[in-house]
Amino acid sequence: MYDFNYHKPQTIEDAIRLFTESEDGVYLAGGHTLIPAMKVRLRAPSDLIDISCIEGLSGISEESGSLVVGALTTHDAVASSDIVARAIPALAELAGGIGDAQVRNRGTMGGSVANSDPAADYPAAVLGLGASIRTNKREIDANEFFTGMFETALEEDEIIQAIAYPIMESAAYVKFPNPASRYATVGVFITRHGDDIKVAITGAAASVFRCDEMESALTADFSVDALNGIELDSEDMNNDMHASNEYRAHLCVVMAKRAVAKMLA
Amino acid sequence: MVEQSTSKSTIGKSVLRKEDKRFITGKGNYTDDINIRGQAYAYFVRSPVAHAHIKSIDVSAAQAAEDVIKVLTGIEVAADGLGALPCGWMVHSKDGSEMKQPFHPVMAGSKVNYVGEPVALVVAETYLAAKNAAELVEVDYDDLDAVVNVLDAQGAPDIYEDVPGNTAFNWELGEREATLEAIDKAPHVTKIRLVNNRLIPNALEPRAAISDYNTGTDELTLYTTSQNPHMVRLVFTAFVQLAPEHKLRIIAPDVGGGFGSKIFIYSEETAISWASMKLGIPIKWTAERSESFLTDAHGRDHVSDAELAMDDDGKFLALHVKTTANMGAYLSLFASAVPTYLYGTLMAGQYKTPNVYVEVDAVYTNTAPVDAYRGAGRPEATYLLERIVESAAREMNLDPVELRRRNFIQPEDFPYQTPVALEYDIGDYEASLAKALDMAGYSEFPARKEEAAARGKLRGIGFSCYIEACGLAPSQMAGSLGAGVGLWESGEVRVNPTGSVTVLTGSHSHGQGHETTFAQLVASKLGISVDDVEVLHGDTGKMDFGMGTYGSRSLSVGGSALSKASDKVIAKGKKIAAHMMKSDADDIDFNDGEFTVRDSNLSKTFQEIAFAAYVPHDYPLDELEPGLSEKAFYDPVNFTYPAGTHICEVEIDPDTGVVEIVKFTAVDDFGTIINPMIVEGQVHGGIAQGIGQALMEACVYDETGQLQTGSYMDYCMPRADDLPNFDVAMTCTPCTHNPVGAKGCGEAGAIGSPPAIINAVTDAIGVMDIDMPATPERVWRAIQEAGRA
Repeated sequence: MYDFNYHKPQTIEDAIRLFTESEDGVYLAGGHTLIPAMKVRLRAPSDLIDISCIEGLSGISEESGSLVVGALTTHDAVASSDIVARAIPALAELAGGIGDAQVRNRGTMGGSVANSDPAADYPAAVLGLGASIRTNKREIDANEFFTGMFETALEEDEIIQAIAYPIMESAAYVKFPNPASRYATVGVFITRHGDDIKVAITGAAASVFRCDEMESALTADFSVDALNGIELDSEDMNNDMHASNEYRAHLCVVMAKRAVAKMLA
Repeated sequence: MVEQSTSKSTIGKSVLRKEDKRFITGKGNYTDDINIRGQAYAYFVRSPVAHAHIKSIDVSAAQAAEDVIKVLTGIEVAADGLGALPCGWMVHSKDGSEMKQPFHPVMAGSKVNYVGEPVALVVAETYLAAKNAAELVEVDYDDLDAVVNVLDAQGAPDIYEDVPGNTAFNWELGEREATLEAIDKAPHVTKIRLVNNRLIPNALEPRAAISDYNTGTDELTLYTTSQNPHMVRLVFTAFVQLAPEHKLRIIAPDVGGGFGSKIFIYSEETAISWASMKLGIPIKWTAERSESFLTDAHGRDHVSDAELAMDDDGKFLALHVKTTANMGAYLSLFASAVPTYLYGTLMAGQYKTPNVYVEVDAVYTNTAPVDAYRGAGRPEATYLLERIVESAAREMNLDPVELRRRNFIQPEDFPYQTPVALEYDIGDYEASLAKALDMAGYSEFPARKEEAAARGKLRGIGFSCYIEACGLAPSQMAGSLGAGVGLWESGEVRVNPTGSVTVLTGSHSHGQGHETTFAQLVASKLGISVDDVEVLHGDTGKMDFGMGTYGSRSLSVGGSALSKASDKVIAKGKKIAAHMMKSDADDIDFNDGEFTVRDSNLSKTFQEIAFAAYVPHDYPLDELEPGLSEKAFYDPVNFTYPAGTHICEVEIDPDTGVVEIVKFTAVDDFGTIINPMIVEGQVHGGIAQGIGQALMEACVYDETGQLQTGSYMDYCMPRADDLPNFDVAMTCTPCTHNPVGAKGCGEAGAIGSPPAIINAVTDAIGVMDIDMPATPERVWRAIQEAGRA
């Protein structure tokens, strides 16, 4: 790790000021992506702006049909929350399957979503549930938020404060973990609310995406068999030594079927 | 045999490990826990490219950086005339010529040959200062094409001027003509091509060292993570020519796992020793995990073709094996022995195959050196043999168990001379097979397969009947095969005046539990409590020259030395007792810690005799020296031959290709067992590594020689939740030629398990071949190709 300046602001305003004043600053939440990258010297920020002491950025509540989770809420807090378990159990299950206990105790939802790692789990839930990302400046619709690999719609002076997830009639998340890293090789989050079906897939491509083919098939007939015969175009999918793009395309359908089966069980 | 009749004996009892109290309470003393006043820190500049000439090295900026003491480079290593890091086993090619060995410098000064090869060493006041300054060392590389793939190596441009065809040696064993003729004439020949995947060892504790040169005494002390500290000292003196042996002290304190990777003499430990002598200060180096991935000697990496000839009844007639083995960029300490004398010699397996011929081309590539890794040659042999036997059974439409039984060497055949140099002393292969079949419930397997099919799962069962040659090694035999050293072991039993015992051994424990097993052995011999025995190891300043621990040798060779030393203690004790009880030594019996005059009620305890030896007021000083401390060196007359049967049962999810091991049975014959709990732990660990190799682990280089699996994000180590419960049991035919009766148990799990797993996978899918690691995608593709999706 290279030397860096460390800041611990108490307000969002201070955090943003420190960020804009720094040469190459970066926000620190749980640090479970950033710090490993700094340890192997792949990242060398000039300033770390630790936002963990800013009040009002963590906690879980229910407000008028939505589950609102503060950005600094840890994966473990989501996984073990009674409110989440009651409102969106699939989200609790997703959080409980991230990394290992050490990661879940430190890693935060806002950090993960802001990082937009193509193999992270949370983006599938954000997009699959059609969540709103609440920042210090505005609310961003999930469909507009993830713009590419490690890229989001967040602006320079913007920090995620909370994420509001509409509570759906049913939802399920099934992932195929990379055996080494246990990130999602493919993870599929499916939600159903009346006729509204959403299928969000993480791990398979440069960024999380909605799968139109599966959504229309499931809207016509919400059953496992409705996904038979669907073959996703693998051309733009990730291809690495752990899984080829063809295998990923295949796994998308298998994981989706398992998610549907779970929802129907 | 160890006497088991005495009531105080703990032989065969699962005594809790004496060393665990300190390990589980954080009181272990590992190399990185040690700090020496005034120590500096080392960081290595490593080659970022696989193959290049070094045009220049500019250290000026690094040398000028804050807190930097000295930057040393490969150019200075050469200028100081340091010798090469050697390979200790001479292998000859088919034409009788000696193996071709490139000069392996302590640090590269003119050419780099793999990514991670050290080029320079920064010594600084702090670790961070050294690491930061290392980035300021400017090395100008003139890139060359890298040779990476083992099968391409012989046709690629030569990496070294003095190694044509990048070939270290082409070696053979067995009768070529007879074997090929038998294959030609045979009614059935099964052929197979397989890859034994390259692995990265991943000991829990990375390599580390502190070199401490005393300018007043000219003595160098090196604390290091070694499996064989005396070998480090010998190589430093005889090959690297750092200092005379009596001025070197090598201490290997608690060591957290080795699996072979800590046998070898590496650049880093050697370079900081040289630097400490040059600078007159203590220097500490601890590998970062990414350095372990890049530079710990890797394992396996073979590609093989084999043919097995059979008659109409499935009787094996001949086996021909042709292997290309990747040595990496240099020949590491044991490397040449691994794909030859630890590999070809095992190709008879448990079978009476009359003709066996093995040929091995060992090639250089621009990758990290490859050397012994848990099993070393024997897993590669077992994998090939047990895969081809399984394929043969399928082709012959015979039950794989039946085919093996038809070819087993039978108990009455021992001693059995194989066609590949070894003479097996004893074994009972049917006994371990029968027990394993019973435990695995083989007869009910078809019902389980059917039940799994109803759940949409593909269930398969696979077998592996392995043999290994352990207890390295009879020195004269090893010497005739090219070993540069003897492979005996030393032991000392030092009885203290109050009757407790300090045991010194040349073996080295880096997780094996010697402090308990050896204490049980000596305590049982002497009739004293295990708590009264302390076992010391890993310090050239304390114990006699020793050969260290590898090749499942510690108990069978090191334990035998201690058994002999204990016998000497007892013999001397009898003389002292005879004097004290006015009898004759021949009339003294020793049992359960008591010296007794035969047919009398006169006796002396072991403790009384010990005290008399050190306070010799009533003592035969005219015949005996005072004191009670005895040494022994033990050189085995043969290898030992642990053997057994592993049975693996898997269920495969055809939609994803995920393999789940639903049952794993291992029945091993390790001869006499001192501590069953420790032995089972060894078997569990070995099987875990075997499962890693079979299903998960693969060391991958890209075509330019960059390591693609340089962290746990990409190198898939098995975790506890990847593993099933293991059903482990033992059979016992005691080794006939060592006093303990032990054969060794450290490597069996890693040797026996991979073919059982792959045989189960191919059985489930209904194909003949799949390569390791059988990852979900590979398995899914094999299912697609088999048309079973």
